[in-house]
Amino acid sequence: MDVLDLTRLQFAVVTIYHYLFVPLSISLSATTAGLQIAWMRTGQDRYRQLTLLVGKLLIVTFAVGVVTGLVQEFQFGLAWSGFARFYGDVFGPTLAIEGMLAFFLEATFLALWYFGWDRLSRRVHLATIVVVAVGTLLSAFIILAANSFMQHPVAYELDPVTGRAHLTSFRELLLNKVNLAAFPHTTAGAVMVGGALLLAVGAWRAWSSKEDADAPAFGTLARIGAWMTVAGGAFTAITGDHLGKVITQVQPMKMAAAEALYSTTTGAPFSLFAIGNPAGGEPFFSLEVPNLLSILAYGDPNATVAGIDDLQAQYAAAYGPGSYIPMVPVAFWTFRAMIGAGMLAMLLALLYLWRARRGRRPDTWLIRTAMLLPLLPAAANSLGWIFTETARQPWIAFGLSKVADGISPGLTSGEVLASLLGFAAVYGVLAVVWLRLVRHLVRQPLSAPPAAAEDGAESEPAMCY
Amino acid sequence: MDLVIIWYALVVLCWVLFFVLEGFDFGVGLLAPLLGRDEHERAAAVRTIGPFWDGNEVWLVAAIGVTFAAFPSWYAALLSGLYLPMVAILLLLAGRGVALEFRGKHDDPRWRRRCDLALAACSAGVVLLWGAVLTVFVRGLALDAGGDVVGGGLDRTLAPVLTPAAALGALLALTAAVLLGATFLALRTTGPVRRRAALLARRVATGGTAAALIVAAASALAGAGAIVALAAALPLAGVALLARRSGTRWEAAAFGLTALTVAATVVAVLTANGDVVLPSTLSGAWSLTMDGAAATGPALRLISVAAVIVLPGVLVYQAWSYRVFRQRVASERIAS
Ligand code: HDD
Ligand code: HEM
Ligand code: HEM
Repeated sequence: MDVLDLTRLQFAVVTIYHYLFVPLSISLSATTAGLQIAWMRTGQDRYRQLTLLVGKLLIVTFAVGVVTGLVQEFQFGLAWSGFARFYGDVFGPTLAIEGMLAFFLEATFLALWYFGWDRLSRRVHLATIVVVAVGTLLSAFIILAANSFMQHPVAYELDPVTGRAHLTSFRELLLNKVNLAAFPHTTAGAVMVGGALLLAVGAWRAWSSKEDADAPAFGTLARIGAWMTVAGGAFTAITGDHLGKVITQVQPMKMAAAEALYSTTTGAPFSLFAIGNPAGGEPFFSLEVPNLLSILAYGDPNATVAGIDDLQAQYAAAYGPGSYIPMVPVAFWTFRAMIGAGMLAMLLALLYLWRARRGRRPDTWLIRTAMLLPLLPAAANSLGWIFTETARQPWIAFGLSKVADGISPGLTSGEVLASLLGFAAVYGVLAVVWLRLVRHLVRQPLSAPPAAAEDGAESEPAMCY
Repeated sequence: MDLVIIWYALVVLCWVLFFVLEGFDFGVGLLAPLLGRDEHERAAAVRTIGPFWDGNEVWLVAAIGVTFAAFPSWYAALLSGLYLPMVAILLLLAGRGVALEFRGKHDDPRWRRRCDLALAACSAGVVLLWGAVLTVFVRGLALDAGGDVVGGGLDRTLAPVLTPAAALGALLALTAAVLLGATFLALRTTGPVRRRAALLARRVATGGTAAALIVAAASALAGAGAIVALAAALPLAGVALLARRSGTRWEAAAFGLTALTVAATVVAVLTANGDVVLPSTLSGAWSLTMDGAAATGPALRLISVAAVIVLPGVLVYQAWSYRVFRQRVASERIAS
């Protein structure tokens, strides 16, 4: 592999990894706040115990999100200095403002929440976790604005001399229509992963042993998780449909690739499954829903959807000779797999709710399946990003500059290989340790001592400085 | 004053806050296994930074983010030119953060022991690397006209941190982190850890004063300026004296003086070359200057507004969190 491919691979690995933990932080912080509110409203001890449990899961997840996020912040300078120079004016402020506005909030207030159980009044303590939840949403919104700029550049002007992009309005950058469509969609996707994790944990502990005194509380947790998965699933579908329409306007090539639609078609169908023609062109076989693609793209069954061949000709005329066609099979399958994995998770969660209604014990296979459920929405998230980012090729910022121009000029494959191996090793260890710790935490009896005393060191209240 | 200078000052401020604040938690991380003789004492030492380290580390996010926003070319040249050392720093920071957060979540002495060792090793590594990297801020990189480091192979970005100057920088950074950590622990713990931390601070500061005086005398004899070494000797002697006394006020003063020394050093490093932010070792004409590296007016105005609105708030709530957790952490076993 050459430097460019290695660097792209590294970016993909490191970013997808960050995005395995981020959706959990987003949804678990809101869930922790919700559980704590439920506890304060009802006074029921099970809500206090669940608040503590979900809060601890949040803390260990957050830690991995933080250390991998730090890598993200540096990546654009380390390996993409060309990109950093040309879009620094647009990109830099976005990252700086995200850090100042959101990350300080999250980091400081999560620590206040965790260590502050017996130091803060109940209301202030509740407020700290609400601030964390708001902070995670803020950071998602701002960073997605940066990504949306790459999908659909807005609020910039090009310097005729240096060719660099200059920011003209931060407001417009945030209100990019791609961002307004992507933020609800990613948030819904985040709710699905968090929900599925809680469902997995809850179902396992609620039904695995009759003697478990915590079983009722875990039954509640499973129900909360299942509802989150179902609601998140419905919301990802609605918002995804809207996002698809926006992307059809701004990057028609991406959606044409998602359908492997080579020639422009009126009343275009959507294929659920296809056996492709590796050389490109129309597939040999495909199972289609008539007119669905036209509906997805334009909300009109008879709309005309532009095909890859026509778009290639248009782009070549507009941007100069070259191939503007992304990897069609990757786009086609990741798009379907995202939808399929997410919708399957939603159906399984719905089935769980039905089978576990009014305290019934759901079928054993369903409990076992529920324990693996988080894998589905997590996969859907990664696949969605792989689709989004690879089907933007060859552009790094759509219509403005190509990926090949973004890479750090002096970078050598040896260096990238070394760093990639380093990330793989450290991230691999982190994943194993995270999994073991989560397993350990959810095995504990719920009445285990509260978080603050657990660190082994009581402080001496009388001694202050 | 023009915006570029103000922004440079802001970048410096973020870096200073990062090195001072994260400096003490690096120090505590690497001292915890040394000063904590048993399970309980180590837990107490680590607990002193538990609520703060992440907030401190966000100053690194802010420093890098603001550098990117205000001086994109500097961000690009510095990070791509120090590719491998920076990746190493990130990996060590990852190990450190996770060890800190995970150690208390599993009640098993072996687990904690491993986390403490990982914490200490990663903290030490990070400190050494940052010290080496700071010397590169001053001495510069082999930048070509486009602002990229020339050369090939792993050597390209490793060589700048493998010089004698970088080794000296690493050693100084280690000393500074140990002092910051020791004075912080003396201030924030009780009992044996507090005593040992004060003793260590005194010894390190005394040794540092002696070393600085020797360097000052030697450079005076050789006809070179001895000012820098003398300037370092004074605060160090102060710390050595203060650490002799016990009592919260003296401990706070020793920590404050150490923090001030670190802050002054970082400011000196970042302003050493006047308006050159990153010198090119190949040709003076290729050095990156403040104006050459700066973003355009609208971007600078945007982040100025954001910083004016947001940063004071950050300082207030971070200060509040230090207040909430102001109690000392008991390090002796409480009889029960
Ligand atoms: C649980 C996760 C999940 C689920 C069930 C879905 N998605 Fe999705 N999708 C994502 C998680 C996701 C994501 C990871 O969050 C992405 C990546 C980039 C983005 O903004 O969201 C994404 C991207 C993404 C894009 C590309 C956006 C771009 O290029 O900027 C489209 C068109 C859709 N989705 C459409 C859908 C539709 C029509 C769905 C139907 C049910 C759907 N998604 C389910
Ligand atoms: C929101 C912030 C994000 C920004 C600013 C961003 C930016 C970038 C950049 C600069 C590249 C390298 C150039 C390229 O290959 O196109 C890239 C590639 C990539 N990113 Fe993103 N990204 C973001 C989020 C994500 C997330 C969350 C994921 C996955 C979970 C992701 C997945 C990928 C993949 C798979 C590639 C490789 C694409 C390829 O090289 O073909 N990105 N992104
Ligand atoms: C490539 C672009 C990205 C960069 C530069 C980036 C940067 C960072 C940094 C530096 C942190 C650590 C903050 C701390 O120290 O507290 C972080 C955490 C976080 N990031 Fe990312 N990130 C990227 C992609 C994303 C995406 C795509 C999302 C969401 C849609 C996201 C959402 C979050 C959230 C919610 C957190 C805090 C929770 C956690 O630590 O898990 N980030 N990110």
